[in-house]
Amino acid sequence: MQLHSKRKLVNKIALSLSLGAMLFGLFWLAWILFTVLESGILAFSVDLFTQMTPTVGVQGGGLANAIAGSGLLVAAGALIGSPLGILVGIYLAEYGQSTLLGKLTRYVNDLLLSAPSIVIGLFVYAVVVAKTGQFSGWAGALALALIVIPVVVRTTESMLLLVPNSLREAAYALGAPKRTVILWVTLRAAKAGVVTGILLSVARIAGETAPLLFTALSNQFWSLDMSHPIANLPKVIYEFAMNGDPNLQRLAWAGVLLITLGVLALNIVARVFFRQQHSN
Amino acid sequence: MGVGELNSPLQKGITSKDEKLGRARHDVLDIVFAWLTRSVAFLVLVILAGILVSLCVAAWPSIKEFGLNFLITTEWNPPMQKFGAVVPIYGTLVTSAIALFIAVPVSFGIALFLTELAPVWMRRPLGVAIELLAAIPSIVYGMWGLLVFAPIFADKVQPALTATLGKLPLIGALFQGPAMGIGLLSAGVILAIMIIPFIASVMRDVFAVTPVMVKESAYGLGCTTWEVVWNVVLPHSKAGVVGGVILGLGRALGETMAITFVIGNTNFLSSASLYMPGNSITSALANEFGEASPGLHTSALMELGLLLFVITLIVLMLSKLFLARLAKGEGTKS
Repeated sequence: MQLHSKRKLVNKIALSLSLGAMLFGLFWLAWILFTVLESGILAFSVDLFTQMTPTVGVQGGGLANAIAGSGLLVAAGALIGSPLGILVGIYLAEYGQSTLLGKLTRYVNDLLLSAPSIVIGLFVYAVVVAKTGQFSGWAGALALALIVIPVVVRTTESMLLLVPNSLREAAYALGAPKRTVILWVTLRAAKAGVVTGILLSVARIAGETAPLLFTALSNQFWSLDMSHPIANLPKVIYEFAMNGDPNLQRLAWAGVLLITLGVLALNIVARVFFRQQHSN
Repeated sequence: MGVGELNSPLQKGITSKDEKLGRARHDVLDIVFAWLTRSVAFLVLVILAGILVSLCVAAWPSIKEFGLNFLITTEWNPPMQKFGAVVPIYGTLVTSAIALFIAVPVSFGIALFLTELAPVWMRRPLGVAIELLAAIPSIVYGMWGLLVFAPIFADKVQPALTATLGKLPLIGALFQGPAMGIGLLSAGVILAIMIIPFIASVMRDVFAVTPVMVKESAYGLGCTTWEVVWNVVLPHSKAGVVGGVILGLGRALGETMAITFVIGNTNFLSSASLYMPGNSITSALANEFGEASPGLHTSALMELGLLLFVITLIVLMLSKLFLARLAKGEGTKS
């Protein structure tokens, strides 16, 4: 009887601690989201989208150039990275499933997936910026693309592997060559998963700061020229948040709100989209 | 085949000729496509090799100048061209250790809650909520950490820690000194919040592959939920759990922006206290690289980057080793 109640007690304590851990995790999520919403909404105004980033001591201003620059960098990074990632994913799932190159690529891709993003920034600095002698939007986009590739490779491969073989066999039986089978049958069947992967990778690079520090740098003015330094939200937030000027901090909060909402929306859209496509 | 027989010989000739041409084109395009995917796959290997080689080349002047001293001297003095990496390496290791110390038990609790305790309808939304914690960009953690978390931490948590843990022998020294809110401890705590979702989701996934039969047998013997988790699920999935923890460590080592905001960024270390500001490899890079003069300073920073990359690669390889062992062995044997 005593042993019984002791075991029950231990169980109760452990399960309470488990509940506590769950609440601990949710507590931080709620706190961070609450702060970001509160401070961000207070700083929100139309000026954010129409005015350029101000300098210290100047009142007002907005984030227009940083928003445009971030949009360009993320779009370029995703456009360069996703096709390459999809091709690698196709190779891993359809051609090199168990070849040496396939196994090695899968392994290295997993390593790159978790590699520190600041090292990617250093790499692009060393091979692009240092060689051309010029910080540029393209260097930033390249760094972001290098982060996109592993994410897209991973999702594309696993989604292609989920496609039943009978589908491939049916297409082969109709006389379709392999590339047609892949591009028009298996890739189509895996479309929802592949798109989800791309959306998640965009969400990941939208908030990336470290790889842009030494590549895209920043720009105080409106510029869409990718061959020169270009303004971007994360870098602007970094500079403004560290600054004591309340006006700059206000803008940084607004930027943080924009990025957080964007990233969370992408994550939720990706999940909902994936589930809908798969239940159909 | 019936259709072919009914057609005139002329038409038949045309179709077969067409087919021949078409097949040749198919073959060539097929080969081209296969090679295209193969060469892009090869590109992934080139990227990894490229990162290692380019960092080595860029770090070479510093490696040549300081040799192993780089790893054992504390002086980091750009004007004097003296560079030793002990302070940033120490910062990286200490913040990651604090992060693991907090994140591992919490993640275990979350995984336990999500697999055994929560009602089924709650599991998915709660799991997504924890994963969203991982989706929040690190710069958001950084800014929130500096402007919101640090003041409260200095005001409420640090004095309480000093009054309790600070009184203990040995580890007491870790919790001494002025409560500034920024420093190694704050950086470690924020890092912990950031890696909880990674560790928790791996743990949840490996807990979930424990065969239901084994768990039900234990329940059938009268085990409590806790006993089932501790004596059945955990031994069954320990390789995966270790893999998940190491994966979290890999994330912690490479995390940049959140740490840069709250670690204090100083290259001097005067006491053992965790309240002290410090530097990590990543924060040193984020802070100094932009303004570093070409030459030894840049090169020393590149060596820091190389060091970080190599350490993370080793850690990630270890994590894959454990997770692969799980996939091969423990999941099936029961």
